[in-house]
Amino acid sequence: MNIVNILEEIEKVDGEIYERLSPRRAAMKDFFNMGKKVSLAALPLALGSMFQKAYGQTNPANVNEVLNFALSLEYLEYHFYNHAVVAAPGLIPAGAALGAITTIRNHEQAHVNLLAGALGSNARTPLAYTDFDFTAGGGFADVYTNYQTFLKVALAFEDTGVRAYKGQAPILKGMPVLTTALQIHAVEARHASHIRQMVAANVTGASGLKPWIAYTANGNDTGVAAVNAVYAGEQNTTIAGIQITGINGSAVTQTHAAESFDEFLTGSDVKKIANLFIKDPNKLS
Amino acid sequence: MENLNENQNAQPNDVGVLDVKLQRRSFLQYAGAGAAVVALTAAGCKKDRVYTGMGTTLDFKDDFGVLNYAYALEQLEAAFYIKVASAPPSAFTTVQKNYFQDVQFHEIAHREFFKNALGTAAIGSLEVDFSSIDFTSASSVLAAAQSFEDLGVAAYNGAGVRIQDAKYLVIAGQIVSVEARHAAWVRDQISNGTFADLATLTTLGADNAKGLDGALTPDKVLAIAGKYIKTKINVINL
Repeated sequence: MNIVNILEEIEKVDGEIYERLSPRRAAMKDFFNMGKKVSLAALPLALGSMFQKAYGQTNPANVNEVLNFALSLEYLEYHFYNHAVVAAPGLIPAGAALGAITTIRNHEQAHVNLLAGALGSNARTPLAYTDFDFTAGGGFADVYTNYQTFLKVALAFEDTGVRAYKGQAPILKGMPVLTTALQIHAVEARHASHIRQMVAANVTGASGLKPWIAYTANGNDTGVAAVNAVYAGEQNTTIAGIQITGINGSAVTQTHAAESFDEFLTGSDVKKIANLFIKDPNKLS
Repeated sequence: MENLNENQNAQPNDVGVLDVKLQRRSFLQYAGAGAAVVALTAAGCKKDRVYTGMGTTLDFKDDFGVLNYAYALEQLEAAFYIKVASAPPSAFTTVQKNYFQDVQFHEIAHREFFKNALGTAAIGSLEVDFSSIDFTSASSVLAAAQSFEDLGVAAYNGAGVRIQDAKYLVIAGQIVSVEARHAAWVRDQISNGTFADLATLTTLGADNAKGLDGALTPDKVLAIAGKYIKTKINVINL
């Protein structure tokens, strides 16, 4: 097995392979050090692990990475709603519905401004509407012409946003910026609650959707299979080793138990979901 | 560490009399007579789980204090919703009755979770005072529910920074987003579209221009919640 040959083969289809690998100095160093010790048989595994690091989505590792991760998501949400409000006439019914979506749009814009301002020169390159594909490659082709589709995508974004902020809390532990992140997180949860009510009122077959995430076997209570990844794990009823269903002899059912604790998503899982809506070369790494 | 029972550093209610005296400078008191007197009484009856008339102490020196604080607020919310769900206002719709049932069980789940996580470190049962709420009136119940939920969100948001164990920080996050879902739904029952009317929440620390929900320190939260709690709650080491 000649590793240089493998890398050269990859280079033929991916000219940036060395560039992708080189920033991961630690991964490369580990890999070469490992090569000295690891038997030939184990090398494919080691290679697989290296390429996972080069091509997979990573979890934010420090405060700036967390804030830039959040900023990317806020750009996504802001542009999604803003386009609906300003460039998709007739999509959202005038009155309460347009008012609610405008309120949410304004909050997402405020979050973009707040995070970009807090990051200053460390802020990521701004994302424009044209950097996104809100049809997700055609999966939601009528997102800006069919109100029901629009609400389904909005629902996925809000519930993802809630899970995304939750997952980053440990990195911000004990810092003032944690409070700010929690304050944004709660606003996203309020949005999610309201969008869920809008979905229940407007989407065919969704009249039973609750403002909170009810128990289903795979965690997804929305009936939209395309967004299963958004809800993966929401069926959990065990918190810190404590079973919530029927806790202390109470009448708390499995669905109450799943509803009463929202779950977090890792940064890498959130990035995979967000990347469905982000065009190259801006996909999150 | 699976739960707080296993934390060998736990000394939640074991605040000695001398310690209490030394901590007087950081004492904050929300109701009733002199703080030191109440604290000494509480320390003296720490084995007694009935706090009526004596008060209980939240010691914020570590996560036990924060979790007991959350436990206290969840006790308050659960007590309120149990009362609503058992005899809802006649004007409630079927969906409203069902969702108030849901919310009741969510708050019971939160309360019992903290009770079990805290184990022997848990404070006792608080005595509540809902005399200001008309449980036969939909508007009175909804208004109270809104204030409980908005306050609960601000409480968790303001306390998160004090949590030292990342696991419990995430769990607090798992709970607060559910409280925010409640808050938004209740607000929409009162006036559709007010789910995140941050401009009306500035007294709870919200900032509409920045898109930020409320966040309040425990002393401020307890000062507001004190209206509904008979048990005296003393706070130290905040």
